[in-house]
Amino acid sequence: MIELDGVGRSFTVRRRVGRLRRETQVVHAVRDLSFRVDPGEFVGYLGPNGAGKSTTIKMLTGILTPTSGRVQVAGLDPSRRRTTLARHIGVVFGQRTTLWWDLPLRNSFTLIRHLYKVDHEVFRRRMAELCEVLELGPFLDTPVRQLSLGQRMRGDIAAALLHDPPVLVLDEPTIGLDVVSKAAVRDFLRSLNAERGTTVLLTTHDLGDIERLCRRVMLIDHGSLAFDGTLPALMATAPAGSTIEEVVTNLYTRRGTPAAQ
Amino acid sequence: MIGAVRAYVLLAAVWTRAALQYRASTVMLTLGAFTVTSLDVAAIAVMFAHTDSLGGFGLYEVMFLYGTAGVSFALADLLFGNVDRLGQHIRSGSFDTMLIRPVSPFVQMAVERFTVQRTGRVAQAAVVLAIALPSLDVPWQRAWMIPVMVVCGVVLFASVWTVGAALQFLLTDAPELANAFTYGGAQLTQYPFSVYGADLVRGVTFIVPLAFVNWQPGLFVLDRPDPLGLPHWLRYLSPAAALMLATLAALVWRAGIRRYRSTGS
Repeated sequence: MIELDGVGRSFTVRRRVGRLRRETQVVHAVRDLSFRVDPGEFVGYLGPNGAGKSTTIKMLTGILTPTSGRVQVAGLDPSRRRTTLARHIGVVFGQRTTLWWDLPLRNSFTLIRHLYKVDHEVFRRRMAELCEVLELGPFLDTPVRQLSLGQRMRGDIAAALLHDPPVLVLDEPTIGLDVVSKAAVRDFLRSLNAERGTTVLLTTHDLGDIERLCRRVMLIDHGSLAFDGTLPALMATAPAGSTIEEVVTNLYTRRGTPAAQ
Repeated sequence: MIGAVRAYVLLAAVWTRAALQYRASTVMLTLGAFTVTSLDVAAIAVMFAHTDSLGGFGLYEVMFLYGTAGVSFALADLLFGNVDRLGQHIRSGSFDTMLIRPVSPFVQMAVERFTVQRTGRVAQAAVVLAIALPSLDVPWQRAWMIPVMVVCGVVLFASVWTVGAALQFLLTDAPELANAFTYGGAQLTQYPFSVYGADLVRGVTFIVPLAFVNWQPGLFVLDRPDPLGLPHWLRYLSPAAALMLATLAALVWRAGIRRYRSTGS
C-alpha cells in the first residue's frame, strides 16, 4: 500500500553570515528511507522532533517532492499523480485543520463532498455513519473556529474519511487532546482499521497511541529508520521490565550513526 | 478542465450560500462596491465638463474603454482575485491542505472565500459600457471584438495575478508586486493610452501586455488609427497575447509548485 525505496529529501537553507555574506547549507530532513506498509496494517511512526516524520508524511501525500528515491502509495507516485492519489488517501494534520475556519462544520463537509465528487446518496450514508460514531451531531452547525480541539479533531477525521479512502495517514492526531477525546479517537481508528481494513499510518509523540493501537512501530531518527518491527520487538530492545517510555528514550538518545552533519 | 470548472462552480455556490446567511450585509457590500467604483465615472464626467476630448477620444469612447477594461478587471477579480493570497496560505499551512485534495490547488485558491459582493463592480462597469455603446454606433463587423476583448482581458489580468502568486513560492510575501500590475493595470486601462507617455505604452504593449486588455482591440472597435503610431495589426493580437501570458503563468505556477517547501510542522 505504501512503499518507499531509498527516499531522501534535502532542503537548502540560506543563512546570513556577517553583514552581506550568505551561506548555503544543505539539510537532509530524510535520507535513504526505505519501508513498506501492506494493506490493512496499523503502523505507528515515531521519532523525536525534527527527525523527519512530517517530511515523510508530506512526501507520502504528494505535498513535497522527494529529492531522491522512489515513493509509491496505492500504486501511484504521489508527487506526480497528486490529484489522483488524493482520492485514495485520507490525511489528518493534528497541528492544523483541513476544515474551513469560518464556515459551520456542515458546510466544510459539503465543500469536501464537491471536491471529491462524492455521490449525494453515498455522502448522506457516510455522513450518518461518521456522525454517529464520532458524535458530530451536536456541533454540525457550529463554525469550525468555535469548536473545541477534541470536536475539531473528530471533524477533521470525518472530513478525511468522507471519500472512503483505503489509506489513512495521520500526523499527530491526538496532540493536545484530553484523555476522553483521545480514547474516542483511538477507539474510532482501531475499529476503522479492524472493520473496514483501512491501512493506517500515524505519527505521534503519545506512546499510549502506540501501545493501544499499533501492531507495528517504525522509529525514525536523523532522517533514517532506527527501528522497524512489532511492539514486542520494540520492547525487547531494552532490558526486560522497561516501560515503553524508557525503551523509546533509549532509542532516541542512542545516536549511533552520525546521520546529521 | 471541465472537472475544474465544475468544482469551481459548486464551491462558489457553497461560499455564496454561506455569505447569503448574512443577506443584508451581502447586499450592502455589493451596492457599496457598485457605488464606490461609480466615483471613477464621476471623475471622467468632471474631466469632460472641462474638455471635449481626452487624448483625442470623446466622452463615449472613453466610457467604452473604461467599461470594457472595468468588466474584464472586475470579472478577473471576482473569479481569480483570491490567488494572490497564496503567501498567507503557505504561511498558515492551508496550502498543504489544498495539495491533498483531488482538485487543482489553483482552482481551490481562486474559489476560496468566493466573494459574490464583487459582482457589484462587474455590474457598474457593465452599466457604463451599456450607456456608451448605443452612442458609438459600432457596426457588427467590429462589435464582435467586444466580447473577445473582455474575455482576453480577464485572461490577461488573471495571468498577471497568477505570475505574482507563483512568485510567492519563492518570496512568501510578494503580493504587492502583482498588485502593482493588476490593480495598477486596472487604473491604467481606464483611460485612452494616448494620454500616457510613449515609453510606458510600449512597455505595457510588449512587456506586460496590458495594452491588449482594451486599448489595442478598442482601437479596432472604435475604428481609430493608433495615436502612437504602433503597427495596425497589433489590434488583432489580444487572443495571442492572452494565450501567451496564460501559458507563461501556467509554467511559472508549475515551477513554483515543484519548488514548494511547505512549513516546519
